[in-house]
Amino acid sequence: MTERLLIRGGRVIDPSQKLDDDLDVLVEDGRIAQIGRRVALRGGDVMEAEGLVVCPGFIDIHTHLREPGREDKETIATGTRAAAAGGYTAVCAMPNTEPVNDNAGITRSIVERARTDGVVHVYPIGAITRGSRGQEMSEYGDLRDAGCVALSDDGKPVASARMMRRALEYAKGFGLTLIDHCEEPSLFEGTCMNEGPVATLLGLRGTPTVGESLVVERDIQLAELTGGRVHIAHLSAAASLDAVRRGKERGVAVTCEVTPHHLLLTDQAVKETEYDTSTKMNPPLRSEADRQGLLDALRGGTIDCIATDHAPHTVDDKKVEYDQAAFGIVGLETAVALCLENLVGGGVIDLARLVELLSTNPARVLDLPGGTLAPNAPADLTLLDLKRKRRVEPARFESKGRCTPFAGWTLRGWPVATIVGGRVVWQDRR
Amino acid sequence: MSYPHRHLLGIEPLLPEHIKTILDTAERLREVLDRPIKKVPTLRGRTVVNLFYEASTRTRASFEVAQKVLSADSLTITTATSSVQKGETLLDTARNLEAMNPDMIVVRHASSGAAHFLARHCRSSIVNAGDGAHEHPTQALLDALTLRQKKGRLEGLEVAIVGDLMHSRVARSNIWLLTKMGARVRLCGPPTLIPPGLDHLAPVTTNIDEALEGADAIMMLRVQMERMAGGFFPSLREYHQRYGLTVERVKRAKKDVVILHPGPMNRGVEIASEVADGPWSVILDQVTNGVAVRMAVLYLLLGGAEAAA
Repeated sequence: MTERLLIRGGRVIDPSQKLDDDLDVLVEDGRIAQIGRRVALRGGDVMEAEGLVVCPGFIDIHTHLREPGREDKETIATGTRAAAAGGYTAVCAMPNTEPVNDNAGITRSIVERARTDGVVHVYPIGAITRGSRGQEMSEYGDLRDAGCVALSDDGKPVASARMMRRALEYAKGFGLTLIDHCEEPSLFEGTCMNEGPVATLLGLRGTPTVGESLVVERDIQLAELTGGRVHIAHLSAAASLDAVRRGKERGVAVTCEVTPHHLLLTDQAVKETEYDTSTKMNPPLRSEADRQGLLDALRGGTIDCIATDHAPHTVDDKKVEYDQAAFGIVGLETAVALCLENLVGGGVIDLARLVELLSTNPARVLDLPGGTLAPNAPADLTLLDLKRKRRVEPARFESKGRCTPFAGWTLRGWPVATIVGGRVVWQDRR
Repeated sequence: MSYPHRHLLGIEPLLPEHIKTILDTAERLREVLDRPIKKVPTLRGRTVVNLFYEASTRTRASFEVAQKVLSADSLTITTATSSVQKGETLLDTARNLEAMNPDMIVVRHASSGAAHFLARHCRSSIVNAGDGAHEHPTQALLDALTLRQKKGRLEGLEVAIVGDLMHSRVARSNIWLLTKMGARVRLCGPPTLIPPGLDHLAPVTTNIDEALEGADAIMMLRVQMERMAGGFFPSLREYHQRYGLTVERVKRAKKDVVILHPGPMNRGVEIASEVADGPWSVILDQVTNGVAVRMAVLYLLLGGAEAAA
């Protein structure tokens, strides 16, 4: 028997079809069947969406699920529950697990675990190099066939330009994009925040923005040389944006993502919180000039995606001296609300652009299913209530990670339902 | 006259009147050190833990003497002999010590922000005895007390701070203190050891002769030998030649200039022996004043104010 779900009366926003209207969405057997005014339903469930926004499901292109190996920090079960509760219908899982996802066996185990424990789609990302050590390529053909949707050594840069060049070239044969953690190791080593006046006052060792931007520039030029595809991860510096902008103008296959924390906070947060380790991540929070640069590029279109860089850690990893603490914060359960409150509510971008950044573009950048509500597309949907007000309460997170600089923030505009393959996997029942 | 904070984490958050209170209190308490019997019962029954994660001679001894003179009960824990060697975290160490109900923890640690971290998670008063490259507030206070004694004031003094400005917590605390008290500070060091944004706090030059011109006081910072490996400068020889304080250079300052150094000194590197041992040097006065300043901090933070009322 056909399974049907009618999502009735919501404001449907789908940038892939340039849609923004009050419409009904009919889902049949896990796929989008019809969108229109007053769609008739013959049997099945109805979800009233009046007053809500209905969009193609959000895809987090940059998530650390930590399984296998660091199940004390996060598991596929808890990470995907966090994703669902944050309005995400899919996450791309970074390979810096223990062991690193650098071979088909590990990829298959992740895919299998996601099938049994996962609440949302999990798209594994394979390592660019074996063990992400930057020395030898991993087997991209095997990784892709096992289910990897992209390649990355995230958490570490590919230090050697020659290695990066070969990887870009070789990945082309499999249509895989390289997700690039851009960092010049010699300028990063031993640092724990952004270099600048704030680090100077705090006596913390800082890394300059050029440590990022010169590798961004290098890898865009290498993508140009090889014809490969590069996606810049968690871009944080205004200078990196210049490189991306120029690369795009020349027609290089380059895309990029930014995180909500780099859009909303600066290195001043380290000082204001008196060394709270929830302000420590890599790349670090940058200057106000960099932040303004990111906001401009978000408006202007240079930035393709907003990604969480959800990086859960145990309390023990974070509740230590600042320079000893692990890099990273959680983001899946706050990203959408932070964007709605501060970017849409704050007048930086409109809702359609936000949906593009969270859904349309992540799907396009990595050729993923989803990102659209076109007929026959997977019925992955996110429903938003723009009036819903809620406080960020880490104690109530689904994620095992609780470290966020946004704890206690009251935000207006939250996801209220997440639908994956036509099934409601999470709903806000307040 | 009062001091409103429960902790002393740095000079930056203090108001000039708080600094003055500490200095005035130190001035009064200093007299105890000249008595034949150097002990007063002021802090009897109070317990202080000195938690030292970094090597220290002066600071540690000075806190210990101050505690003894004021009759506080104290114990000192250094990393070499503690469970830190067994992998205990800073927080666990501090909490376990706290279970013994001390009134204050004095902490020295290589991580900037370590004192703030303890202040956030502990009940005791926290005194920062040096955290990473951030602050060393009692050092700046004892330097100020020394300057005030020698010059009769802080306001309007021209003070040159010379050396490794990047890694120096002494420099940061002194810049805050001196500028808050109306002194004029000039900073000098090799370009590789001047961190970005420091010029927001005080004028910076890389020319030592310029920095010393007409100075009332010169504070020399220690060259941390391990910085050589970091490639901040090519050799100790060139460092001494370009940034070392020599008798020749002292002549550029005012005739009655005083020279301070937080110790330990590298003779022949940042300071020539003739200068360190010369008539301008107030380095040993600094040490005596260190005890007085730490007595004042203990007294003000441990509720000595009420006891005295």
